[in-house]
Amino acid sequence: MSSSVVERSAGQRRTLPGGPPPRRRRRPSLPYLLLIPALVLELGVHIVPMLVGIWMSLLELTQFHIRDWSTAPFVGWENYRVTLDVDSAAGKELLHSFWVTIVYTVISVALSWVIGVTAAVFTQRPFRGRAFLRALFLTPYALPAFAAVIIWTFMFQRDNGLINHVLVEQLHLVDEPPFWLIGPNSIVAVIVVTVWKLWPFAFLCLMAGLQNVPTELYEAAAIDGAGFWRRLRSVTLPMLRPVNRVVLLVLFLWTFNDFTTPYVLFGGSAPREADLVSVHIYKSSFVTWNFGTGSAMSVALLAFLLVVTAVYLLITNRRRFDA
Amino acid sequence: MRESAGERWARRVVLTVLALFVLVPLYAMVSSAAKPLQDVQGVFTWIPTHPTAQAFVDMWSTVPLGRYLVNSLLVSSVAAVISVAIAILAAFAVSRYRFRGRQLFSVTVLSTQMFPGILFLLPLFLLFVNLDNTLGTSLYASRTGLIITYLTFSLPFSIWMLVGYFDSIPRELDEAAAVDGAGPMRTLFRVILPTAVPGIVAVTVYAFMTAWGEVLFASVMTDENSRTIAVGLKGYSTQSQVYWNQVMAASLVVSVPVVAGFLALQRYFVAGLTAGAVK
Repeated sequence: MSSSVVERSAGQRRTLPGGPPPRRRRRPSLPYLLLIPALVLELGVHIVPMLVGIWMSLLELTQFHIRDWSTAPFVGWENYRVTLDVDSAAGKELLHSFWVTIVYTVISVALSWVIGVTAAVFTQRPFRGRAFLRALFLTPYALPAFAAVIIWTFMFQRDNGLINHVLVEQLHLVDEPPFWLIGPNSIVAVIVVTVWKLWPFAFLCLMAGLQNVPTELYEAAAIDGAGFWRRLRSVTLPMLRPVNRVVLLVLFLWTFNDFTTPYVLFGGSAPREADLVSVHIYKSSFVTWNFGTGSAMSVALLAFLLVVTAVYLLITNRRRFDA
Repeated sequence: MRESAGERWARRVVLTVLALFVLVPLYAMVSSAAKPLQDVQGVFTWIPTHPTAQAFVDMWSTVPLGRYLVNSLLVSSVAAVISVAIAILAAFAVSRYRFRGRQLFSVTVLSTQMFPGILFLLPLFLLFVNLDNTLGTSLYASRTGLIITYLTFSLPFSIWMLVGYFDSIPRELDEAAAVDGAGPMRTLFRVILPTAVPGIVAVTVYAFMTAWGEVLFASVMTDENSRTIAVGLKGYSTQSQVYWNQVMAASLVVSVPVVAGFLALQRYFVAGLTAGAVK
């Protein structure tokens, strides 16, 4: 980004007669005026509620106080003590949910990225039907998330779903149709759905990134006798590093915070094996109407994400300068 | 540079498998929407044995889908238009001016993207409910409240993408306009906006899609009158049964316009991402 100031020197150069008098004064306030609407909204809907959320996490905000929250007693760290204490029942459940979310996020992001890179590399070269394939690949991303998840919910039904029909009746891989949306398989189900929705975004970004790789690099590599893997390892992946840096972070944060997928897939009551943290907090807030503990868990989650993001940016930044 | 035979076959196999992975669920949606209720309740069949469009008729009366659609259309379009208008002003400032706090603004706005939604949901819910009590306004369970909330969701990404777009418009155009006596706002509306139309349309579609598909806030901040389709589709599963054929038909109907819009504009997204992400 190397934009320069728009100097308002034009007025001085202007010689047309009859126009308004040239304004020599620079208007340093203009950019701020332009930002006001965006700032007000960001403050009103994100920053202020976030601060309020931190305040709420220090209150005993149960259903008796929700209509008039000024009556909620201040309890200090009590909510954090209750929810983050791994020896208490609530703390154990939150920790479990946190680990499930980590496993779910890491696997989903890794798979989405690998599929995205593969598809981007294989559609880099023009061939017949490439435009159609690209559009097809982007469809899961364009589909409204709730619709995509509902389709998969249907496919994962035990008795009338497509998955079990293929596994049991067509491929005869298993004798008994397994349950997908309850029990230990549910984590597999939610990962599959997430990857299906997510990899097209990785594909879209990596495709955009690949357009910036000069073809001369590939030609030079080919002259040096580099094969497919060698070109991938020495040209494509290093050139994609700046894109990857952003894409992996965005994928991680989106997946970690994703609420739609588990909520729609499991109909609001996630099985313990796939008790992702977003639904976990949602349930413990709106089922028990205890907003104080719900806020404490959200704040803890935010703190975790901030640390992860900061460490990630630091590490990738250092590597960028080393390279 | 030629492609070796091995590469070509690897490409064909990989792309076919991926295409199937994408296509099978889409096919399941379309084919199940064309089945009668008994057929979707029994064992899955690839080919509809009794094809019918009945589900597309019944879906309007099983749940008030029409009302949900109107709500979604209203909320999503208003949120998209306002959000893009605001993003245009902000992106113009960030792209064309150096000012104190420019970096801070960009970082703050983008970082709101990483916050867990549930973190705002609880306070926003409380704020709306308490505002209703004290001021007599009705933001909670209203479409206005939802619009205000949604337009901030797409704002960061819209600003970011438009900055990329505006940066790619040569500054000489601004200067030429300034020579002709145009002030900054005139330059924005007469020079930059017409040049950036594809980017602006793409961002509008993105903002619309964001609001159209949002579930978390819609599940809490709406009532029967303001419900959007994102949560309204839950109505097809009752205590006794799930109308899977109607769910699929309704999903198809609410997806087609968004998917068509996105695919028609996808190359502008790629252009915007290339401008924005690669830097």
